Amino acid sequence: MSAPDGTKTGMKLTLNIWRQPDATSPGKMHTYQVEDVSEDMSFLEMLDVLNEQLNAAGEDPVAFDSDCREGICGMCGLMINGQAHGPVTTTTCQLHMRSFKDGETITIEPWRADAFPVLKDLVVDRGAFDRIIQQGGYISVNTGSAPEAHSVQVPKEDADRAFDMATCIGCGACVAACPNGSASLFMGAKITHLGQLPQGQAERDKRVVNMVAQHDHEGFGGCTNIGECTSACPKEIPLDVISQLNKDLRTAMKHGR
Amino acid sequence: MAVTGLVFIGYVLLHMYGNLKVFAGQEAFDEYAHHLRTFGEPMLPHEGLLWIIRAVLLLSIIGHAYAAFTLWGRANRARTQKYVVKKAVAATLSSKMMRWGGVTLLLFVIFHLLHFTTRTINVNGDKDSPYERVVSSFQPEMWWVTVIYLLAMGALAMHLRHGVWSACQTLGLTNNAKSRARANFAGVFLAVVIAGGFALVPLSILLGIVD
Repeated sequence: MSAPDGTKTGMKLTLNIWRQPDATSPGKMHTYQVEDVSEDMSFLEMLDVLNEQLNAAGEDPVAFDSDCREGICGMCGLMINGQAHGPVTTTTCQLHMRSFKDGETITIEPWRADAFPVLKDLVVDRGAFDRIIQQGGYISVNTGSAPEAHSVQVPKEDADRAFDMATCIGCGACVAACPNGSASLFMGAKITHLGQLPQGQAERDKRVVNMVAQHDHEGFGGCTNIGECTSACPKEIPLDVISQLNKDLRTAMKHGR
Repeated sequence: MAVTGLVFIGYVLLHMYGNLKVFAGQEAFDEYAHHLRTFGEPMLPHEGLLWIIRAVLLLSIIGHAYAAFTLWGRANRARTQKYVVKKAVAATLSSKMMRWGGVTLLLFVIFHLLHFTTRTINVNGDKDSPYERVVSSFQPEMWWVTVIYLLAMGALAMHLRHGVWSACQTLGLTNNAKSRARANFAGVFLAVVIAGGFALVPLSILLGIVD
């Protein structure tokens, strides 16, 4: 943003950013100054400004993940001043610079979890989530023509709850915020979503047992019900889903799984 | 973690009930202590009930501590590279104190057993009457004993505050917002009732209400 006389009028920020050239090299925090940031920019657009600056200076731009920039894909995710996705309940791409003050110092780190190894700078590998989903985050149906929608009736409350839990975008903020590095909220959302519907019943026991086994195998921590995950979740998945996860696990054990 | 925790909650409620007998006077208190040892005779041997309770508690503490240290270890391994800046938004003070608070409580239980059960630590003259042992231990000149016990009750209150809620979650009893609110209330309620009930005894002796 520039005034008609050419002077810069935007925010001036100091950024402490984790820089790491690749997965195997050690990283460290670097400090950058960025000027002329509009408060209408999204957080990622602010980083775009920094990267243009770095490009012009012949330096390596800061790598970060993003895709839709509409808050629905789950690709972006940064630890901003110690909070996953920053101070507002939304995704990093939907966080705007009006949430920060002119002259502020902002610390930006990647998600920290050994199950999410850093690939470069602020980019982490969330393949562990895909492998957990592969262990049961689905229902098996025969392909062919779609069945009559009214042949299986679902109460409105159940459909609503299943839909709310299905809004999880798998961004990993729950893991990033959890003091134990647990992915229980992520698992619980999927288990509650599918367990709430008639189509999810056939594989219900197997689903929870296999998903939890994969979660533990990936090296995520165990849940101690602190609640940091749910307050970091951009989709506001409630803590209920972890209780539901435990209940389903108990039921599966009772069935001898 | 949750199941063994519930065993402890049941036990501390009974223990607190016994302690509050101190307000019924020396005879009632000593009689209660004696009766605990003869309870169930002749079906049970002398002190039979006490040894059954001790065995259950010992197994529970082993299970509870094993689960706690396993979770602690997993959490450390799950994030070996720490954040430079990390803010806690939702965590209660009690939830943050769970691990070190638990270790504190374990140390206190050892001290407490050496004090009143084995009578190895003798703070103010060894008396044969359990009532006199309690009253002499919490006299104003023995203020440090009262401080230790009150600090331990603070640790117990915080452990219960998060523990009750967390146990409900682990047992899958809090599947909606209303039941979550109830579980949190139960945590606060039991923390206040149990730690408060225990603290009444040393405080009353300190203030001379019981002598």
